[in-house]
Amino acid sequence: MDKIRIIEVKESIFEDNNREAARLRARLKNERTFLLNLMSSPGSGKTTTLMRTIEELKHEFRIGVMEADIDSSVDAEKIATTGVKSIQLHTGGMCHLDAGMTEQGLNELGMENLDLVILENVGNLVCPAEFDTGAVKNAMILSVPEGHDKPLKYPLIFTVCDVLIINKIDVLPYFDFDLEKVKEYALMRNPNLKIFPISAKTGEGISAWTDWLRNQVGDWINAD
Amino acid sequence: MHELGIVFHIIKTVERVGDENSLTNVSEVTLELGEVSGVVPSELNDCWNWAVKKTELMKEAKLLIETIPALTLCESCGKTYGTVEFGRVCPYCGSENTYLVQGREINLKEIKAC
Ligand SMILES: Nc1nc2c(ncn2[C@@H]2O[C@H](COP(=O)(O)OP(=O)(O)OP(=O)(O)O)[C@@H](O)[C@H]2O)c(=O)[nH]1
Ligand SMILES: [Mg+2]
Ligand SMILES: [Zn+2]
Repeated sequence: MDKIRIIEVKESIFEDNNREAARLRARLKNERTFLLNLMSSPGSGKTTTLMRTIEELKHEFRIGVMEADIDSSVDAEKIATTGVKSIQLHTGGMCHLDAGMTEQGLNELGMENLDLVILENVGNLVCPAEFDTGAVKNAMILSVPEGHDKPLKYPLIFTVCDVLIINKIDVLPYFDFDLEKVKEYALMRNPNLKIFPISAKTGEGISAWTDWLRNQVGDWINAD
Repeated sequence: MHELGIVFHIIKTVERVGDENSLTNVSEVTLELGEVSGVVPSELNDCWNWAVKKTELMKEAKLLIETIPALTLCESCGKTYGTVEFGRVCPYCGSENTYLVQGREINLKEIKAC
């Protein structure tokens, strides 16, 4: 019988995932593929924004989409109409994706032949924020009907994102939503956050967002 | 489900540490859990007891949870206060310019094994 030992570990349980994510980012760099992780609450307009984004950029980049939503076969069909390659990820009912699952999806999608891959993460603002997927940049969508105090209620996701897209600004007149307040609260959490108010419905503001993304993708895939 | 995902990551970490230390049987795993980590301890325990049965290394292992209190620092007056009691508004000066300094941790503290 072996002797009982106590082993001090003292490490975050996210550490393994963080290492895998860093490794995946290095691989993406090698393959010259840009991965964007898109997060939001359900119904904030991820799919509609994605469609607009693809239409703007599909003639410049080879684009792929990974859908992680529990029930998003409808989304996948919509994306398919744009002509870009899309797959459905199998999360096994999990509330988030980790770097391992993301890499499996990228392998299935065939990242060697793609310049830009967009991951539509599982729809919530809590769990996806804790797990680095290995993405090059992280973006979140907050829509006007959700209210301007979300940065106060869910601070973590605002700190891990590079971009905040504020969607559905066409309905601003009908909601008690203070655009300046939400910017202030969000920047309080993350002073480097880029903020793009858009309407995925009317197309307002979309080009500012896609200009930013175009530059980011270009820098990543053309770097030496 | 959030807790199950967390449990899988704990198991993965324990398996790696087990490998590195040539452990054959883990009997106890101690976790440090931040008060505002968003993880519910009772659900974490239920998921743990279900998931360890499917492992070789920690079939009978108990999960011990130590709570790390959540503390918020006020940038305006420099004081620290309990997050759960007072939230994001500083009880000393009323400022909203406050940051969580601890309380979101999910750390694997130690493993008892042979
Ligand atoms: N008024 C308005 N409605 C929008 C806008 N963008 C999306 N919607 C509507 O919001 C609803 C949800 O949009 P989706 O694009 O499906 O949102 P999603 O985040 O992909 O939703 P899930 O995948 O179901 O979580 C649809 O009815 C859209 O037509 C917008 O800019 N303005
Ligand atoms: Mg969708
Ligand atoms: Zn204060």
